[in-house]
Amino acid sequence: MAALGSDSDEDLVSYGTGLEPLEEGERPKKPVPLQDQTVRDEKGRYKRFHGAFSGGFSAGYFNTVGSKEGWTPSTFVSSRQNRADKSVLSPEDFMDEEDLSEFGIAPKAIVTTDDFASKTKDRIREKARQLAAATAPIPGATLLDDLISPAKLSIGFELLRKMGWKEGQGVGPRVKRRPRRQKPDPRVKIYGCALPPGGSEGSEDEEDDYLPDNVTFAPKDVTPVDFTPKDNVHGLAYKGLDPHQALFGTSGEHINLFSGGSEGTSDLLGDVGLSKGRKLGISGQAFGVGALEEEDDDIYAMETLSKYDTVLKDEEPGDGLYGWTAPKQYKSQKESEKDLRYVGKILDGFSLASKPLSSKKIYPPPDLPRDYRPVHYFRPVVAATSENSHLLQVLSESAGKATHDLGTHSRHQLNASKRGEMLGETPVQGASTSVLEFLSQKDRERIKEMKHATDLKAAQLKARSLAQNASSSRLQPSPPEVGHSSWHVASGGRTATTRASNFKPFAKDPEKQRRYEEFLVQMKQGRKDALERCLDPSMTEWERGRERDEFARAAQLYVSSHSTLSSRFTHAKEEDDSDQVEVPRDQENDVNDKQSAVKMKMFGKLTRDTFEWHPDKLLCKRFNVPDPYPDSTLVGLPRVKRDKYSVFNFLTIPETASLPTTQASSENTPQHRGPDKSRKPSRWDTSKQEKNEDSISEFLSLARSKVGPPKQESSPSVKREEEPAPESLSDKTANQAVDSQTEGEGSRPSMDLFKAIFASSSDEKSSSSEEEQGDSEDEEDTGEAEVKSSQETPLEASSSVEPATEPAPREPAPPFPIQKMQMDEREEFGPRLPPVFCPNARQKPEAPQKEKHRKSKEKHKPKKEHRRKKEKKKKHRKHKHKGKQKSKKSEKNSSSESTDSSDSSSDDEGAPDLSPQELLRRNPCTWAVICCRPGASAGSWSSMQSSWDSKWNMGCGHLKQQLHQLQKFCT
Amino acid sequence: MAFPEPKPRAPELPQKRVKTLDCGQGAVRAVRFNVDGNYCLTCGSDKTLKLWNPLRGTLLRTYSGHGYEVLDAASSFDNSSLCSGGGDKAVVLWDVASGQVVRKFRGHAGKVNTVQFNEEATVILSGSIDSSIRCWDCRSRRPEPVQKLDEAKDSVSSVKVSDHEVLAGSVDGRVRRYDLRMGQLFSDYVGSPVTCACFSRDGQCTLVSSLDSTLRLLDKDTGEMLGEYTGHKNKEYKLDCCLSERDTHVVSCSEDGKVFFWDLVEGALALALPVGSGVVQSLAYHPTEPCLLAAIAGSIQCWREEGYEAEGGTG
Repeated sequence: MAALGSDSDEDLVSYGTGLEPLEEGERPKKPVPLQDQTVRDEKGRYKRFHGAFSGGFSAGYFNTVGSKEGWTPSTFVSSRQNRADKSVLSPEDFMDEEDLSEFGIAPKAIVTTDDFASKTKDRIREKARQLAAATAPIPGATLLDDLISPAKLSIGFELLRKMGWKEGQGVGPRVKRRPRRQKPDPRVKIYGCALPPGGSEGSEDEEDDYLPDNVTFAPKDVTPVDFTPKDNVHGLAYKGLDPHQALFGTSGEHINLFSGGSEGTSDLLGDVGLSKGRKLGISGQAFGVGALEEEDDDIYAMETLSKYDTVLKDEEPGDGLYGWTAPKQYKSQKESEKDLRYVGKILDGFSLASKPLSSKKIYPPPDLPRDYRPVHYFRPVVAATSENSHLLQVLSESAGKATHDLGTHSRHQLNASKRGEMLGETPVQGASTSVLEFLSQKDRERIKEMKHATDLKAAQLKARSLAQNASSSRLQPSPPEVGHSSWHVASGGRTATTRASNFKPFAKDPEKQRRYEEFLVQMKQGRKDALERCLDPSMTEWERGRERDEFARAAQLYVSSHSTLSSRFTHAKEEDDSDQVEVPRDQENDVNDKQSAVKMKMFGKLTRDTFEWHPDKLLCKRFNVPDPYPDSTLVGLPRVKRDKYSVFNFLTIPETASLPTTQASSENTPQHRGPDKSRKPSRWDTSKQEKNEDSISEFLSLARSKVGPPKQESSPSVKREEEPAPESLSDKTANQAVDSQTEGEGSRPSMDLFKAIFASSSDEKSSSSEEEQGDSEDEEDTGEAEVKSSQETPLEASSSVEPATEPAPREPAPPFPIQKMQMDEREEFGPRLPPVFCPNARQKPEAPQKEKHRKSKEKHKPKKEHRRKKEKKKKHRKHKHKGKQKSKKSEKNSSSESTDSSDSSSDDEGAPDLSPQELLRRNPCTWAVICCRPGASAGSWSSMQSSWDSKWNMGCGHLKQQLHQLQKFCT
Repeated sequence: MAFPEPKPRAPELPQKRVKTLDCGQGAVRAVRFNVDGNYCLTCGSDKTLKLWNPLRGTLLRTYSGHGYEVLDAASSFDNSSLCSGGGDKAVVLWDVASGQVVRKFRGHAGKVNTVQFNEEATVILSGSIDSSIRCWDCRSRRPEPVQKLDEAKDSVSSVKVSDHEVLAGSVDGRVRRYDLRMGQLFSDYVGSPVTCACFSRDGQCTLVSSLDSTLRLLDKDTGEMLGEYTGHKNKEYKLDCCLSERDTHVVSCSEDGKVFFWDLVEGALALALPVGSGVVQSLAYHPTEPCLLAAIAGSIQCWREEGYEAEGGTG
């Protein structure tokens, strides 16, 4: 069986313990469920915390000191046979068994104690112990500890060992250094007086020096600092005789009780046990020669006191640390660097300089003059103008500096441009750009003129006052001429160079001016006698003196600030259309014509302005209205750029604004305007041509402003204000003629027309009727000349009435083709007359006009009931009105021509406050005609008219010329 | 056979004083009906705005939050919010129910003469003495106006809004109509500082009152004058004018303590209602009934037609 089993066993490998074979009929045991798996103690009780000292509660009998029978104290029984022991109770007597078990509080099991657990486990402590042993009064006592080896090593040791660490080594990467002799295995026991382990000082030196390059060594073990407290009464750092030294022969050496500390201990700590010294044993006077010692040669050596230091010297111990007992590793390095001056650690990447720094040169402070006072007094600051150059000179002289040379002006007296010049810089570009250059040519000229005038005046004034000053100063003992010339020169021809040459202070006296200029030139050349040279030799002494003063002052007064000023301005970085400004493209035109319209209750087209206006997109959204200009980003009224410095931006000529406007709008509107946007044709829309005229009027006014004084005298604006009476009539005639002309030209009568009529006649209320009559004939002739061509214009109609009663007028040249074209236009936008609400106004043309208008209105206004009522009412009223007009008309027809003119005058009450200037501004021809007025006869007028008309088409460019011609014509 | 349409009643004018409310908020600068005419707002010079039921004379709520006197107010189409402007240069949007300030729009450089909601109460338009009209967006939290209409050369005295137009009267003597749909601005010159401009209820005409003691009815499209109404006195103050509920009459305040009614078509003076002594500062006309509110000094008066009987029962 066994063999069989062994056979079968050969094949099978069994692990663990097999279950007991089941008996027949026995059910397999159910595994014990988890909750039933309990731990019980040896008495079958549930294992809980038990034992009085291990925290349990089931002690004694149900946790009492009693028993089943109750508590019975022990009794003391002692008999002769059975002596009672003298019992000494120990704590164990009161303990339960559990407390004495392995895990109890007082286990009785045998366990290795700490002391025996591992010797190397606590190496630090061990070393300290060794140290203590070494320094102990009985040396070598600790050696006995080595006899007992640790039973086992801690896990740390095991791990370190597995990693290649050996005892006695340091932990870390291997380094190249001399091998140290390992500590001998502590298990090698040395008994008795055998050579104890112990290092000798010189052992290293004597060891073999074979060091292969590729051999590395473990780092030296780090020695812990000994923190054992000093508990003896020895002196500080005293140690007893080193037993190693004492025993193992360093007798020849100087025993330094004090300095040996660091070395000795390190050696002691480092390799206590290892020694292979040649001299062993305790030697010395006190000990004699040991039994094991072979040498006894110096047993009689005397230990003399001279070997000891008797004085604490302050010499450095040699390591340069002055008592600082740093870890010893640095010591060896220090030696190599000893020759260098620098002591201390050198940073990585740095090396000591090979040659020493050259020492700094030290300059001694300057020797102060003896009378030096360490307080500074500021001199009064004197600007280097020529005016005070005298003073300057004095000052500078007092300061011990000669400033005669202009080139060596102190730098505070130079301005930036001068300094730049001295440095050879190219002058700042800005020097050539003055503010003036941003202005348009026109404005510049104007400014120049103005400036010239004022300059002239000022200069004259100044010169006069200066002359007075000079004359007064003459009376006093004035500085001699030398002084003059000197300060002139000192004041610098330099300033004179920059002086505006265009400034002519003595322009009134050309001769004097010439002399002055000469003076300037000479001063520029730096001639001292400049003044003397240029003065008129024929003058008296007094005059010369005076002139000299004047010139000098004039020269110094007008130092141009040109360059300094211009350098302060610079061109804008971004071009902002420097001479452009944004102006609303469309402006509500002048109020005056509207005012008159309001007065006449002619609301409607005359009082209405229509602009393109762009609502904000968001606003449209909020109002639930489609954006009328979906493509434009504009908001509000469209704006255009306009010449910034143009005076006309600020005048109230509405048309100036509208000229570029219409062009701009014609360009712009296509893209702004939606396709659905059909513009309602209004009469104002025809005004392109009219606007052209207006632009001409603008031009005219400009021209007028340019025309010199002689023309201004005849300028109507001046004249009329002063003396309206005698000329008003002719004014009127002129106006009318012009008006009719414009009518002929324009497709509709502009508001200017009405205004012209009304305004002018309002001025001439006082005019005498006779004169009027005489002139009015002429005027009517001329009027007719124009009027003939057109039939619909009310004015024409009115005047066309007259020709019937009059002999056939001389007719001027027939109308030009333009006029025909305009007539066509006129059909569409019939001109409208001033409403007839003044009693004697011309009414005839008005009525059909109104009628027509009303019709058109009715056409496009199908409206609500009350609206219609309104309409009806209005119509009714208008009819009434018309009736009145008619009656008046008849009345008027019966009246003579003179009434006609008076009619017109009364007509004009509608616009009493229209100033003639404004009229002029608005009405281009008026002025020209007025200019011609004086000699204008009917015939000459008409011919002139024609020529005017022909020129009219030629555009503005010829206007000046035209004017000139006209003027000539009139005179 | 259908019955003929009942003939429309002849227009009646409010001639019977029904109620006099002492508002107790200093001078009443403006009185305004709400949209359906059941309530009214009074703007006081004591910085408050009050909501009344004018027929019953009950004060519903006082809105305080302005820093200076309130010069004009308007209510939204749904009666949910109010806006007001005043001497503190601010335009305030109020919540009617809570009486709280919802928004305060600041930006005007001068006192706000007039405020209006647009039709959907999404924009407040305010005209100010700084000669600008600003359109404030009530929907967003933007502090700046949506658009600034600064075409006026002088103080904007009156702003009215239709569904797609803004009508503004200015002291520079012009009435400007901004047509959003057409994208055009129509400027009508009246010649005298405009104190009030309003649309007729049919939207075809504008009524303009100016400081030359004249009211003018202008055709909206052409700017032509359809009627002129004089007889009252308006030389100094910004007085209101309006049209009656069926556009049959023109109504205006006067500085001689009366409210003048003119027949719109004939232009004849129909009625001069003696409201009191002093200047009738403001008036409001009921949108559907002949009911007039006139503000004089510190009180408002409610005037109804002759045959009106107070509905005491309904309360």
